This record gives sequence, C-alpha cells and structure tokens, in this order.
Amino acid sequence: MTKDPERFWNPYLAGVALGLVLLATYLLTGKGLGASGASFRLGVAAIQAVAPAHVAEVPLMAATTEDGSPLRYWLVFELVGVVLGGFLGAWTSGRLRGETLKGPTFPSRSRWALALGGGALMGVGAQLARGCASGQALSGGALMSAGAWAFFLAFFGGGYALAALVRRQWS
Amino acid sequence: MIFPTELFAQDALTPISLLGAVALGAGFGFVLERSGFGRAQKLVAQFYLTDMAVFRVMFTAVVTAALGTSLLAAVGLLDLKAVTVNYPTFLWPMVAGGLLVGAGFVTSGYCPGTSVVAAASGKLDGLLTVAGVVIGAVAYAEAQPALAAFHDSGKLGGVFLYQLLNLPPIGLAAIIAVAAVGCFIGAGKIERLVHAARLARAAPAASTPAR
Repeated sequence: MTKDPERFWNPYLAGVALGLVLLATYLLTGKGLGASGASFRLGVAAIQAVAPAHVAEVPLMAATTEDGSPLRYWLVFELVGVVLGGFLGAWTSGRLRGETLKGPTFPSRSRWALALGGGALMGVGAQLARGCASGQALSGGALMSAGAWAFFLAFFGGGYALAALVRRQWS
Repeated sequence: MIFPTELFAQDALTPISLLGAVALGAGFGFVLERSGFGRAQKLVAQFYLTDMAVFRVMFTAVVTAALGTSLLAAVGLLDLKAVTVNYPTFLWPMVAGGLLVGAGFVTSGYCPGTSVVAAASGKLDGLLTVAGVVIGAVAYAEAQPALAAFHDSGKLGGVFLYQLLNLPPIGLAAIIAVAAVGCFIGAGKIERLVHAARLARAAPAASTPAR
C-alpha cells in the first residue's frame, strides 16, 4: 500500500472513531479525555525538582502533589499514549517529518514565536476553564454540561475574533 | 449498573488502570493524527472557513459519545451521575477560558491536545506550542491566588443542558444529533461560498499577463 500524506480519514468517520474512544474512556474510567491538565503537571514536576517549597505554596500546584509526584496521574499516562498514537499515525501515513509548519514566505522565527505565545494563551485559558478543547469542549460537551457548551461557543468566538490578525503566517 | 468500571478508574492508579490510560490515549492520538489534526493548516482552516473538518470531527464525536452514554444510561448499564459529577460548571471562567483557548488555537495553529500529536509527528511549531501551554498554565497558577474571586465565579455545580430543558438525556442527545446534520449541511454551503469567492478573486489576477 502506498502512503499518501495528503490523505486523511473522512471527518464523519473520524468523528465517530473519536466519539467511541471517548465513550470507552467514560465507561472504563468514569472520566473523559484531556490534554492541558497533564501539560500543567509536567511544568509543576519541573519546578518541584528545583523548588519543592514553592510548589507547596501555590494552591493550584500543591493540589497536584497529593499523591506525591504531580506525574502520578491518569491523564499524564494518557498523554504518553497520545504521543505514541500520534507518532504511530504519522509514521504509518508518511507524515512523520521534522519541519516547521508555516506559509512559504513567513519567517520561521516569527512562526515559532506565535506557536509559543498561542500555546501560552491556551495554557492560561485551560486553567481558567478546567480543561481545553479535549477536556472541556469534547469530554464535557458530550455529557451536555452547560459550562462545556459555553466554553465550546466561546472557543469558536475567540478563534474567529483573532483569525484575520494572525492569517499572514500561512501565506 | 456495570459502568463505569472500578478496575480502570482514573483515580485507581494501578498498573492495569495506567496501562488502560496509555492505550486509550494512543487511540485518541491516532484518531487525531488520521483526522489531519497534527497539521496546523488543516486545523486553522476552520477559522478561515475553507475546511471545517475541526467542527465536523468534534461535533460528530460529541454526538457519538452523547448518544452512547445517554443510551447506556437509559437501559441501566451506565451510572451517568458517576461520570457527570466530574464536570461542574464555573460559568464565567469557562467563557473567558474558551475565548483564550480559541485565540491561542488560531495563533499557534493547535489546541493543547493536537499540539502533542504535531510534536510527535516531528513538527517544531507543535513542540513549541506544547511548551507554551506548560508556561501559560504555570504562569496562571502563580497568579491564581490574586484572581481567586474570578477563578471560582459562576460556580453552578453540575448543570447539564437536559436539566435546563427538562428533557431526558437521550432525548436531548437525539435532538443534538439531528441539529448536527443541519449544521454539517450549512458548513458545506459556507465552504462552497468561500471557495467560489476565492476563485472569483483569483480569476482577474490570473488573466493579467506576467511582467
């Protein structure tokens, strides 16, 4: 079979597959999927290695160390799975390649700055919202949580509001 | 009630629950990658109305899991309350957080989950987005004591749309499924309009002789 990096799954079939993974997660574990919580815990673990007293002073950080290490957490292991699954998917589809995704005329350094800055905005937003697109919009949304649907609508609002301003990075 | 199972519970942290975590995460990452969500251009196309795959995949997944959970609850196989208890609503920080995550998504080209998939596919911008998410989350945690009033504002506890509408969960899930079909037809129309407008704009430029 030849690999075509431009070929993706049909979005509706992909959506059903994603929904079934989420459903299996609820049934087996009682909670949904997530990404931002585990990312936060990576940062807390790094700080704990150099300044454990500081971690104990910051309430949101201290709350992650109840079981000892902030990395002793289901979603951290799930995120390790996401890395493996993402790698496997990219490798078997011919999309595994070291590169920076950007428009042909846009400077790499500016793209890196936007990626880092946009990531930081999401880190703040996900802490406020108790979850990101995975943990709140997808997992909370499927349970029809009012807060998750408010998040979902605000997420699209925030994206459309800023889209024109950052479009140049793709040209 | 058979589900949710205790054996794989997220707070169990036994070898078997952690193995389950890696396996379910791998399924999640693989599906995201195959959806094209390891590629920033495919993701941000949602916000330039040229390819609404993000909306289609996410909304289909929400409908699938909503139908699945509410159906299993209706036939007595799933204790829905044991799952929904983990999803309280804090209205104002969730609205503010949604705006910030949306703004960060279109800026970085990823969401916190898809940036991990992109990083695992070798994309440097994806890796930097992951780093940004970690930095932003840690910075927020540092500032949170000063923002505590807003952080806990709009605290409504567990509020679910079917309660507000006085419907059984399965009834609302079915209505959302029907609404989704209408939204997908609308999304296709918008894509075709945007595509036609782009072609119309490109056509005069294409007929101009090159200098």
